[in-house]
Amino acid sequence: MKIYADNAATTRMSKTARDAMVKCMDEYYGNPSSLYTIGQLAASKLLEARETVAGCINADPKEIYFTSGGSEADNQAIISAAEFGRKKNKLHIISTAFEHHAVLHTLMKLERAGFEVTYLDVHENGVVTADEVEAAIREDTVLVTIMYANNEIGTIQPVKEIGAVCKKHGVWFHTDAVQAAGHVDIDVVEQNIDMLSISAHKFHGPKGTGALYARTGIPLTNIIEGGAQEKGKRAGTENLPAIVSMAAALKEACDGIVPAAEKVTVLRDRLIRGLKKIPHSKLNGDADKRLPGTVNFCFEGIEGESLLLLLDARGISASSGSACTSGSLDPSHVLLALGLPHEVAHGSLRLSIDESNTEEEMDYIISSVSDVVEYLRDMSPVWEDLSTGKKQFYFE
Amino acid sequence: MEKNKKVLIAMSGGVDSSVAAALLKSEGYECAGVTMKLYENEVNDTAAAKTCCSADDVYDARSVAASLGIPYYVFNFKDDFSKQVIDRFVYAYENGMTPNPCIDCNRYMKFEKLHLKAKTLGYDYVATGHYARVEYDEKSGRYFLKKGLDTNKDQSYVLYSMTQEQLAHTRFPLGGYTKDKIRQIAYEYGFVNAKKRDSQDICFVPDGDYAGFIKRYTGKEYENGNFINRNGDILGNHKGIIYYTIGQRKGLGLSLKEPAYVCEKRLASNEVVLGKNEELFTDALIAKDFNWIAYESPEKEIKVTAKTRYSQTEKPAHAKVRGDGSVEVIFDEPVRAVTKGQAVVLYDGDLVVGGGRIVRAGL
Repeated sequence: MKIYADNAATTRMSKTARDAMVKCMDEYYGNPSSLYTIGQLAASKLLEARETVAGCINADPKEIYFTSGGSEADNQAIISAAEFGRKKNKLHIISTAFEHHAVLHTLMKLERAGFEVTYLDVHENGVVTADEVEAAIREDTVLVTIMYANNEIGTIQPVKEIGAVCKKHGVWFHTDAVQAAGHVDIDVVEQNIDMLSISAHKFHGPKGTGALYARTGIPLTNIIEGGAQEKGKRAGTENLPAIVSMAAALKEACDGIVPAAEKVTVLRDRLIRGLKKIPHSKLNGDADKRLPGTVNFCFEGIEGESLLLLLDARGISASSGSACTSGSLDPSHVLLALGLPHEVAHGSLRLSIDESNTEEEMDYIISSVSDVVEYLRDMSPVWEDLSTGKKQFYFE
Repeated sequence: MEKNKKVLIAMSGGVDSSVAAALLKSEGYECAGVTMKLYENEVNDTAAAKTCCSADDVYDARSVAASLGIPYYVFNFKDDFSKQVIDRFVYAYENGMTPNPCIDCNRYMKFEKLHLKAKTLGYDYVATGHYARVEYDEKSGRYFLKKGLDTNKDQSYVLYSMTQEQLAHTRFPLGGYTKDKIRQIAYEYGFVNAKKRDSQDICFVPDGDYAGFIKRYTGKEYENGNFINRNGDILGNHKGIIYYTIGQRKGLGLSLKEPAYVCEKRLASNEVVLGKNEELFTDALIAKDFNWIAYESPEKEIKVTAKTRYSQTEKPAHAKVRGDGSVEVIFDEPVRAVTKGQAVVLYDGDLVVGGGRIVRAGL
């Protein structure tokens, strides 16, 4: 059995998205900035895509800026707020310790440049509260940037409430919605969101393309200088095939969001029930406030990388955390932010499923993970220390 | 017979381990490559280029693996490396010894940690790009460790701690080749790293300033003390005992009438004893933590050749096991700068008889 269970890392392109891309490559090859008819046609497709993406999150098309992906959108949102803060002498930013590195590393750069960042505690359940955000807001706070849903554990933050608090205090609110878009409802107006990042390949669109929503009135700072594309805020000839394809993918995902979420939630909960039966294991993050498709477990006494390789040998594609950080191979900063100790965070497994998965596949995953964990524990010196009482178990 | 056996190749991104992978693949093994991430070296950007396990090295190893069509992984062994290799390295210097961290890395990382990982993942063998050979001896029923055929490159010295179990599950595909031939093979395969220079120095101290590394790692300052001669006369001030090793002449920062060499390090009084070159010669040593490979611990005295540091030719000697299991090595002619913390490896021709850690120069 071959099971792809790493949709939080990336997804397979949908047929709709693929067809839209190919059609665009074949037929709308003009440069949207060109004067002649072929260029005009391309420009109209770009406009359509912008309208489609805006419609999916209840934004105005003028508020959508296409980027090379979620990371660029995160960078631009935060840098823009920082530039604004410099002018107003507001050098304080609020975030959390378990953001994606596109956010964290940008914030670290700003800290080196004189900004102060408050990283809110995400607690054992991986959820911050709006009250905590409000308590952290100061006179000189310019931005709150808190992710919509965490990429490793899947917990969903109270975005609307956080947005309301920010609005009340006149602080910009950015949310990295890369894991959320196309999977849960987003309404930038109702949820009081000033800036929001999305990435096409997380909802069955193409890689290397994304968008930044920035509410009218938010002055954006360019990261890439050059031509006047994207209202002069993001230079470079638009990647039209990818943009058109992203729009098609997002529309498709949002149109089917309710039945897909229902189906995937049932599968996810089946997976959680099965994996919970493994002794000395723990579901990471809040059991209810989570994405329909993301499950993250820790198993004591094993190394995550061995688990992944042996699952791969059984046809299951999974990850130990974020694919973006696997180059560093350090224990996940997300799991450490939940307060898990170093050695436990090493034995983590993230499974992220979608509506194409089946109950049978969930059962196969459960039995494979159970077998492999048991096998690895038999071979593990750490497990021996734990089971002989030399070391204390962390979980029941 | 070896076909379809699975082998995990430790790939550093260098030429040797890349060719090791190519050779095993061509022999019909089912191969996978792995780079062990041992420490974070991106801190020192300029130095990272010439060490192992930097992002560039991982790129090279991945590129070679891809061109051979074999799976490739990076394993995170940073915690173990720091505990098993760097901590031992620091402890040795702080205690007046001169360690060889490559030996500990082979022993604890490649042949313990990686072997266990390989076994766990269902591999039959671990392979490395060392210039050494493993042979099974029917008569004794033992696995022999032998020098690499290229005597200039022979690395058997740093492998002396290998157990029979480890040798049985290890492949050294380069053992029968010369370095020139290995580079030629790398060119023939068109590997990206064919021109890459050989690694030098200690991988986690790429700038060679090991004392500076120890200070950064421990956050400690090492106290100044006196250089003295055998009579106890003070000759000058030293920077801290970790800066010096037995036999060292350069970098003492003294101007004396005649050349002076580090002959002894006295921890208790924090003194470094300087003397003449002749004083560095000794005809005997004691080694502990001894590993016998060619046979079990011998009852009688044996005639061997012995090497007391990596870049040294072997010297004829006799060795015998003492009551407490330590090994006494008596050289036919005195040898220079036998240093505590280094390894002594005993040979019988090409064969590694065994080896241990030097705990004492002289008897």
